[in-house]
Amino acid sequence: MQGYIYPNEFELQWSLLIVVYPYLTGLVAGAFILASLARVFNVKEVQPTYRLSLLTALAFLIAAPLPLLGHLGHPERAYEILMTPNTRSAMAMFGFVYLWYLMMVLLLEIWFDYRKDLVVWARGKTGFLASFRRLLTLGVTDLSEEALRFDRRAGKLITIIGIPSAFLLHGYVGFIFGSIKANPWWSSVLMPVVFLFSAIVSGIALMLVIYFFSTMLRSRPVDMACMDKLGAFLLYALIVDFSLEMLDFTQRLYEAEESISILGQMLSSRLVLSLIILQVLIGTIVPLVTLFLVAPTVRKRGFLKVPDEFRRLLYFVVAVFIQIGIFSTRWNVVIGGQLFSKSLRGLTTFKVGLLGIEGILVAGAIMLLPLVILYILVKVVPPWPDAEALVESEPTGADPVPAVQPS
Amino acid sequence: MARPFAPWRGFAAMPQQVRRLAVVIVLLVAAYFTARHFLVPRTFGDKGHYRAAAVDSIAVLPIHYAGREACAMCHPAEVAKKAGSFHRGVSCEACHGPEAAHTTDPIGHKPTAPRDRAFCVRCHAYDPARPTGFPQIDPVLHNPVRPCFSCHNPHDPTPPHPPETCAACHGEIARTKAVSPHAQLACTECHTADPRHVQAPRQFLPSKPASREFCGRCHATDAPPPAHLPDARPPKVDLATHGARYVCWQCHYPHYPEAR
Amino acid sequence: MADERPTPGGIDRRAFVGACVAAAAPLVLSAAQQAAPAAPAAPDTAHAAPDSAQGATGTPRYDPRTHYYGMGVDVSKCIGCGQCAAACKAENNVPLDPHHFRTWVERYVIHENAEATVDSPNGGIDGFPAPVAEGGVVRSFFVPKLCNHCANPPCVQVCPVGATFSTEDGVVLVDESYCIGCRYCIQACPYGARFLHPVSHTAQKCTFCYHRVVQGMVPACVEVCPTGARVFGEVHRPSSPLTRFRRFNAIQVLKPHLNTEPKVFYANLDGQVR
Repeated sequence: MQGYIYPNEFELQWSLLIVVYPYLTGLVAGAFILASLARVFNVKEVQPTYRLSLLTALAFLIAAPLPLLGHLGHPERAYEILMTPNTRSAMAMFGFVYLWYLMMVLLLEIWFDYRKDLVVWARGKTGFLASFRRLLTLGVTDLSEEALRFDRRAGKLITIIGIPSAFLLHGYVGFIFGSIKANPWWSSVLMPVVFLFSAIVSGIALMLVIYFFSTMLRSRPVDMACMDKLGAFLLYALIVDFSLEMLDFTQRLYEAEESISILGQMLSSRLVLSLIILQVLIGTIVPLVTLFLVAPTVRKRGFLKVPDEFRRLLYFVVAVFIQIGIFSTRWNVVIGGQLFSKSLRGLTTFKVGLLGIEGILVAGAIMLLPLVILYILVKVVPPWPDAEALVESEPTGADPVPAVQPS
Repeated sequence: MARPFAPWRGFAAMPQQVRRLAVVIVLLVAAYFTARHFLVPRTFGDKGHYRAAAVDSIAVLPIHYAGREACAMCHPAEVAKKAGSFHRGVSCEACHGPEAAHTTDPIGHKPTAPRDRAFCVRCHAYDPARPTGFPQIDPVLHNPVRPCFSCHNPHDPTPPHPPETCAACHGEIARTKAVSPHAQLACTECHTADPRHVQAPRQFLPSKPASREFCGRCHATDAPPPAHLPDARPPKVDLATHGARYVCWQCHYPHYPEAR
Repeated sequence: MADERPTPGGIDRRAFVGACVAAAAPLVLSAAQQAAPAAPAAPDTAHAAPDSAQGATGTPRYDPRTHYYGMGVDVSKCIGCGQCAAACKAENNVPLDPHHFRTWVERYVIHENAEATVDSPNGGIDGFPAPVAEGGVVRSFFVPKLCNHCANPPCVQVCPVGATFSTEDGVVLVDESYCIGCRYCIQACPYGARFLHPVSHTAQKCTFCYHRVVQGMVPACVEVCPTGARVFGEVHRPSSPLTRFRRFNAIQVLKPHLNTEPKVFYANLDGQVR
């Protein structure tokens, strides 16, 4: 501790779990935006990742409340947020934004997209998996051309509604921080926008990694056109994200409000590793330069021609760097905002522990859990293009024949 | 034939997907409102967005400090003595600690009275941040080791004899002046104090110099050195021109008059 | 009625049941009147209303709508003895460690270069160590701090469940049995007045000693202040010590630019105080 902090500021209130939470919801929003690129904007190259993105978004969305519950002083009272929400509280209303997104966007979209497959996969089979799939169809087994067309139209409509909903989901988390006038590090109009674009960056990067890994694990050839397109979109999102962060930084320095002195001290003494090295250098500059050079954007093969395998490896490394960078971004916002005193006269320190509910082990487990959930989801509703059930519906009502059965 | 999505035709005319989903959604909403009925506390919302019964629970928390009015009922002599003394503003419990328990069980719960020097020193040790005029002593030099109450009755802490020096209450000024060019000057050089100033300081305020000529007695170009300090060499200025629109102490702090 | 003996084939079954109900009904109704109203599994236990806290019968019931509280602090009178912080901890069972305070005292030392050094060792409870260097100091003073019980409280605005609220008499309180411990209010308070209680895991802060105030007493910190630096009273009542305080002193509040409308009014506050 140096300088003066209010006596009650000695312990940080929001620690590692509250860093993990916006990281997870950011991945949800980003994965969904990628899915909507395929569905609404008809970017054909990324179609192989469409269903995988939806399932990834769902897996991370299911895991997202866990760090919040773990952090609460009384998690057994968490239901109060839904029962007596304070309509003036951003945190309370976020509970409903989350529910809306989960129920009316993500689950509905997945249901409409998978309904016909669930019907076909479960037809004529017994066992737990088949029964579960039948349950998921909600008993709607109509596979006529008209029903399938309705499914497609409904799915498209939901995706269109889903895009602003995804923006709202993670922009809202930014608003929860940005609306705190008491904290000059958080209080900023740009906070929701910066959060959203860094979410898009992290989500696309995550899908790059998951697509790459899942294709390798299934011993299938990687669709380079898909990965190239992901790399290109990642570059565009990264450019916007970096510009916004630079804008925030430049404006802060220019206006030089009262808090600039203590914030500058905090940055140069407490956040050198997490901000300058991890967030900016490794998390943004290196990926920007790499993607700019090799991803096909203006020129069909990028500015630097590299063989496919090497480019694939570069995308993978860039995506990992971006995950580190975005996690550091969340760290710098959440922890950084509490390292300086509201008296603007002092700094405190934060030591993250290994054990305990807010320790590294629990945080790591919570971050790995979505991958476990994703594995289960992939088993129940496989997203692979070759697992999709082909349905030929005939007006005479002959039984449709499934082309391929999932393993 | 394609059956269009036409909700105005009634529920039965809607596609099966919509019917099933509508049922699920209605069930979930019903479950939500049912849960609300059982989980929202009874008094929530009565006076605002909070559980009104909480105010009542907080209002009946146990009280530990009885308040100075409570002591007067049984201890009128001490209270009367204190009321005429320098400690009239100090509440009984400031020294005797929280005594609400004593008011309900006077014999079973006896208050303590602080006996060690460290207690009085908490308020009266010299600290420059304390307002000037507040009685402060140097705990190391002021009658060391002796307990304070051996000379000062806490209910009437008038010192056994009036302070000999102004420094007793004006410690910060005295210490500042002691390392300044005015160190050799006594306080009475510039201030005359009624003897009653030590008993009722704010009623009998000491005088302060009123004119440039006062400082000029030593600092004017043609002024002789003061009789009681013949070796003094005070800096000299031409009173007619030096800072003619000001009085001297607007620029020079008399207790540490720096000429820079 | 109830002691009628059923005889085989004797009493009509319907008449018997009717008789039992007629006998039981008054018992059930009176039991319902005496018992507390049926409370569902919700944290709303039956607590005594404020008027029963008055003790003696015949005393008027406390009406929160006729009061609106605030506090005055005269910085030039504070001697930094820390009695207020110690009394607050004793009155309100605040943890005794140096990281949880409902009220505390800060010392400001203003140097010749217009910079300020601030400290608050254990909130001022054990007094302050000797100042580091007397040279180059223009002035120094003590500033008591506490929850400002703002009229436009950011902490109440952000509480997601309604566990913290402003009462009708202008006191901001925390419902300890409803708070979920999310700590959003602690982040939103610009004055550092709140903390999370290490045992109850709920947010806590100064309550203006509400349990004393409803009985006509003053908060513990005001009670023990030896110099009268703290003044408690009502904001809108002309015959209140606080009104006299506001009449005779130029009043400032902490961080006015944040528009929290604090109700702790400072006299002789220095511009360096945050």
